[in-house]
Amino acid sequence: MIELSHIRRSFQVGDQLVHALDDVSLVIEEGAYVSIMGPSGSGKSTLLNLIGLLDRPSAGSYRLNGQDVTALSDYEQAQVRNRSIGFVFQMFHLIPRLTAAENVELPLLLAGMPPEQRRPLVDAALAELQMTDRSRHRPDQLSGGQRQRVAIARAVVTQPKVLLADEPTGNLDQHSGAAVISILETLNRRGITLIMVTHDPEMGRRARRRLRMVDGRLSGTADGTA
Amino acid sequence: MALHSGDLRRFAWRALRGFPARTLLMLTAMAIGVSAVVLLTALGEGARRYVTGEFASLGTNLLIVFPGRSETAGINPSTMMGETPRDLTLDDAQALLRSHSVRRIAPINVGSADVSRQRRSREVVILGSNQDLLDIRHWEIDQGRFLPSADLTSASPVAVIGDKIRAELFGAERALGEWIRIGDRRFRVIGILGTEGRSIGVDVQETVIIPVASAQQLFNTASLFRILVEAKSRDAIEPAKKFIIDLLQQRHQGERDVTVITQDAVLQTFDRILTALTYAVGGIAAISLAVAGILIMNVMLVAVTQRTAEIGLLKALGATPRQILTLILAEALMLSAIGASAGMALGQLGSYLIRVVFPQLPAQAPGWSLLTALAVAILTGLLFSLLPARRAARLDPVLALTGR
Repeated sequence: MIELSHIRRSFQVGDQLVHALDDVSLVIEEGAYVSIMGPSGSGKSTLLNLIGLLDRPSAGSYRLNGQDVTALSDYEQAQVRNRSIGFVFQMFHLIPRLTAAENVELPLLLAGMPPEQRRPLVDAALAELQMTDRSRHRPDQLSGGQRQRVAIARAVVTQPKVLLADEPTGNLDQHSGAAVISILETLNRRGITLIMVTHDPEMGRRARRRLRMVDGRLSGTADGTA
Repeated sequence: MALHSGDLRRFAWRALRGFPARTLLMLTAMAIGVSAVVLLTALGEGARRYVTGEFASLGTNLLIVFPGRSETAGINPSTMMGETPRDLTLDDAQALLRSHSVRRIAPINVGSADVSRQRRSREVVILGSNQDLLDIRHWEIDQGRFLPSADLTSASPVAVIGDKIRAELFGAERALGEWIRIGDRRFRVIGILGTEGRSIGVDVQETVIIPVASAQQLFNTASLFRILVEAKSRDAIEPAKKFIIDLLQQRHQGERDVTVITQDAVLQTFDRILTALTYAVGGIAAISLAVAGILIMNVMLVAVTQRTAEIGLLKALGATPRQILTLILAEALMLSAIGASAGMALGQLGSYLIRVVFPQLPAQAPGWSLLTALAVAILTGLLFSLLPARRAARLDPVLALTGR
């Protein structure tokens, strides 16, 4: 469960203090499917980064699964990211010199898991994304849709509770985009909390809970549950 | 969360292979630095071994006696009275044999004179000595025999000549038993020195050796240039030295007017000087290692900038700052180690080539220099990568991922 209360995030831009997030309070239940929409610069990516512990709030508190994570050190936050959070990016962010399987393996490698334990997990993640036959290909030998599937395999190989997707279809054609969304939704149905930032209203509407951000504030949560 | 060493190695290795241009650049810099250290210390060590070898070839357990005191004395009674050091004489030399510590002696007289046969003539260094010189200096006779073992004062007209002199005066003709003219006297050639036996100051091949008494007549002098003394053993060197000084003081009316140097002392002095020299050139070469280090720092900084997105990603995937630091340092370590090894091989190859081209110069880098070069190279590599690595570890993942 994600609990944000009175979160602020401000940046110093020249003389001006810009509030990317302005008093955001939000509770996201485990297993939720949430979309975050809003114009550019409204703070949706900042919110996602905060939830993913890539950024620290200027004020407010953030509890993840009951634990206050704002007070954690860089080292502890890295561990939380490694175990509990998966990221899917618009730009895929695969390491070009590594094969698909090696890219998927990275989070396990960083967790210090021995190679013989990693192999079955990597194979399973790739199989789930139907990328087994491409496991030895490098990213530049894969299509956009395939790259994003490798990236998703990498995000879920540690079996995190939360999957954060920042415009996951932004760099894909409609067909591959739809396929990626369907994969993410399948993962969500199996229990993972899916939080997705998107520009595309059609994609946004598929989520059970839709958040809209304007000027760093949540404006009206048009969700189906509450 | 500690990375497995195998994973670390593999990741660093692939990162290096991912950017071949910069990897090669850094390897080259490192290799040049290390090979410079290896090569220069090899040269220094070669020079040291060459010089000490030359001194060792002077003879073993050798003492050299020469007139005059080498200590710089300001004013003492002898200067006040306007005395000059007494000459060393043949009797002095003969007296030295009375010591139990002395095995043999060779008085030396040196001068230069024209040596001629028929119409061929040249100026040659003439060495006056006795039969023991051969053994003291470890020379070898090629044909005939060395000076006869006669009384030191007998001035027999015989000469032993170097091989080059033989070739110049006699060409292909037989030289043994023939007469040559040295200055205004005639000498019979009784022996020819072997081609081996070059040592400091004297090129055996271009020397003519005659009995010391003959040399004294030839140069019209009663004094000696040096007396070479061979002690019976290494332990006998010091007693022999003391004996010589005391005896000659007694013979010279109480004046200590000779200097005795032992070969060991000379050897040690040269050894010290040349070892210091080797350290110095090694140190100078180490500067190139520092330059390599600075290059590594620059290239690593560029590498970190180039890979900002990758580092951001690793952070998002849960890499701790320490892990990022470790990854970058592992790359640097690998680079330095490979570069240093390449440089080491290059330096050793260079030393080998020097040994092949100049066989008399035993250029071989000493063990300490190899170890130091390796250690300094790796240390510089790590040290200069610390700054880029820390910068990478501190990267803000959000900025890194969005490429801002």
